[in-house]
Amino acid sequence: MNNIIGEVKFRKFGLITIGLAFLLLLIGGAFGVLQALNRAGLSEFFFGLDYYQILTLHGVLLIVSFTLLFMNGYLYSATDYALGGLPKLTRTLAWTGLVSFLIAAVFIVGTILMGEASVMYTFYAPLAASPWFYVGLVFLAFTIFLSAAGIFYAAYDWKKRNKGKHLPLYAFFAVGAYMLISLGTIGVTAKVLLQVPWAFGWTDGVNVLLDRTLLWWFGHTLVNVWYLVAISAWYMVLPKVIGTKIFSDSLARIVVILIVVLNVPGGFHHQIVDPGFTETLKFGHAVMSLAIAVPSLFTAFAMFATLERAGRRRGGKGLLGWLVKLPWKDPKFLTIMIAMIGFIFGGAGGIAQTNNQLNQVVHNTFWVVGHFHVTVGIAVVLTFFGVAWWLVPHLARREFTPFMHKFALWQTWAWVIGMFLMSASMSIVGLFGTPRRSQHSTYGDHAHALEWNELLLIVGAGGLVLMVAGLMIVGGIYYLMFFAPKGHTPFYMQTLQDRDAYKTPLWTENWAMWFALAIVMIVMAYGYPIVDMVINAPPGSPTWRTW
Amino acid sequence: MKMHKLEEIWLIFGIGVLAVALIVTGYQVYALGMGPPSHKETVDHTLWEDGGEGPAPFNEPGVYEVGDNEYEVIMTLEAFSFNPSEITVPVGAEVTFIMTSKDVVHGITVPHTNLNTMVLPGHIQTITQTFNEADEYLMVCNEYCGVGHHMMTANIIVEE
Repeated sequence: MNNIIGEVKFRKFGLITIGLAFLLLLIGGAFGVLQALNRAGLSEFFFGLDYYQILTLHGVLLIVSFTLLFMNGYLYSATDYALGGLPKLTRTLAWTGLVSFLIAAVFIVGTILMGEASVMYTFYAPLAASPWFYVGLVFLAFTIFLSAAGIFYAAYDWKKRNKGKHLPLYAFFAVGAYMLISLGTIGVTAKVLLQVPWAFGWTDGVNVLLDRTLLWWFGHTLVNVWYLVAISAWYMVLPKVIGTKIFSDSLARIVVILIVVLNVPGGFHHQIVDPGFTETLKFGHAVMSLAIAVPSLFTAFAMFATLERAGRRRGGKGLLGWLVKLPWKDPKFLTIMIAMIGFIFGGAGGIAQTNNQLNQVVHNTFWVVGHFHVTVGIAVVLTFFGVAWWLVPHLARREFTPFMHKFALWQTWAWVIGMFLMSASMSIVGLFGTPRRSQHSTYGDHAHALEWNELLLIVGAGGLVLMVAGLMIVGGIYYLMFFAPKGHTPFYMQTLQDRDAYKTPLWTENWAMWFALAIVMIVMAYGYPIVDMVINAPPGSPTWRTW
Repeated sequence: MKMHKLEEIWLIFGIGVLAVALIVTGYQVYALGMGPPSHKETVDHTLWEDGGEGPAPFNEPGVYEVGDNEYEVIMTLEAFSFNPSEITVPVGAEVTFIMTSKDVVHGITVPHTNLNTMVLPGHIQTITQTFNEADEYLMVCNEYCGVGHHMMTANIIVEE
């Protein structure tokens, strides 16, 4: 069971979850296009719903559901491939998680469509949705914990059978990603469990500040989970595609560990302009937020080293000649390469905006929306697309045909142009104060609001390009899943590593220690503020429905 | 583990940039008093229930002159309005906004300034801005608060 046979065995799960993920991308993406057109002042059409319903759906379907489903389909396949199969318990947990997801989707999407839950994917109290919305979220948390348990068990089972050996790197990434999402989900689960009895009317009030804090414990951790999932492909897939070895196994493992241990406290930077925390506490959390950038510096170095080596081997000369020699016409490369370039800008923007005073300039403006459409929309999602182009035909036992290669290149450029137009114009207009999460409004033709109009038109234009690119990716993926010629597409995983002639230290395998360390970090960051905000709380807030 | 020489240089440079960012941010907070709005006082928002007048000082919202061209604006936010919704001050006025929410979470942005903060029910938030240019400024709600969120505005008129 240990040898690599060259095919993912747990195929059906991968196909169904990824198929479902792209269906949600189609629906959630369509809502996104309508929002972009609305913000440009061009359209009031929302499929008979209102702006805030489709905004809530866009967030729930894309930032939580598409990403979670893709993560499950992709990392279960990768773990299966790297470990040479998954134990029965893992497979059962995966399917149970999927069933739980479907139950969650019925409750959550149902209540939003009925107009009972226009609360955004952040569902800040005291906005009170139908209690069934929160019940749905409980099932979503189940999905996350069950999916994580499946991967943990698979790793444990493999280690038991391979004593003294390192867990294969791809599985190590998977364990890290599921560890991080579990740590984050603890926070939001506490929030949901406080809101369920409140929404049913069994308890009187809710602590609004605590609610926000628990949400961001989860919220920013979540985007870093998607980032960790994406970089697993940068470390494992990219070297295989461009024909070079992994830069360093031990470095990759340390990056995973740092991301898991450092991440959760960073969520606090979403509350830099909140009342109820001192400036000193906020400064402390700015330090924690910037610490998250450190593992990305490691990654940047490793990636450029990998790229340069591949380019030189292909005959690239001089300071930058190797860059030209990289396989730009291979969509498996192009997607990941642009994703990484996008992350340079997204990451730099993130570093800037996490500094307290700069955060005050951009907080809750369209800048932030621009920021995460670069980080998630380009760095993460383009990596997911890059993986899906070959993973889907691999799982479906079909061919990634030459025509589809070309099609994938066109799709990638369309997506990049659309996302660039949209996120750049969002970022700039945000600096002029345009609020996020707002239906189009000129605020009674106020002179300062009218200044935004030209840039908002570019947001709309970007949305239209993204509509084309979105239809292309969904159509392309379904074609590869159901209609492409039968055949074989390889699974792109690099196992050879370059630099470490010496062994990766075994202490990297000690997940109990990393988990404990992450908990210590969380307690240090959140312990005092949470005790403070509970003890010195104002009266609890009643339920409000303002939509 | 062993590190490449170039890798060391890169990491020192990268972490150095982060450290400089923190030093600048910290200097602005502690030496220049430019920290983000972080008021810690709470308030009993339940006093607005059943048509109550609400807690002091928010039972009397308005613009108050408290010094030489210094003003305090006692302001309440609720879905979907600010009270007061029109504020007139002379050029050069230093205005401290003292705010709370009567219902859900709100926030404010005033384009052309760096006024930007969250306003939560049960919590008092304060933020100060000096208006050096005569203009009519727009204050908008920047946190989704319900179906009329994009209609929630106030005007700050700064006169010569």
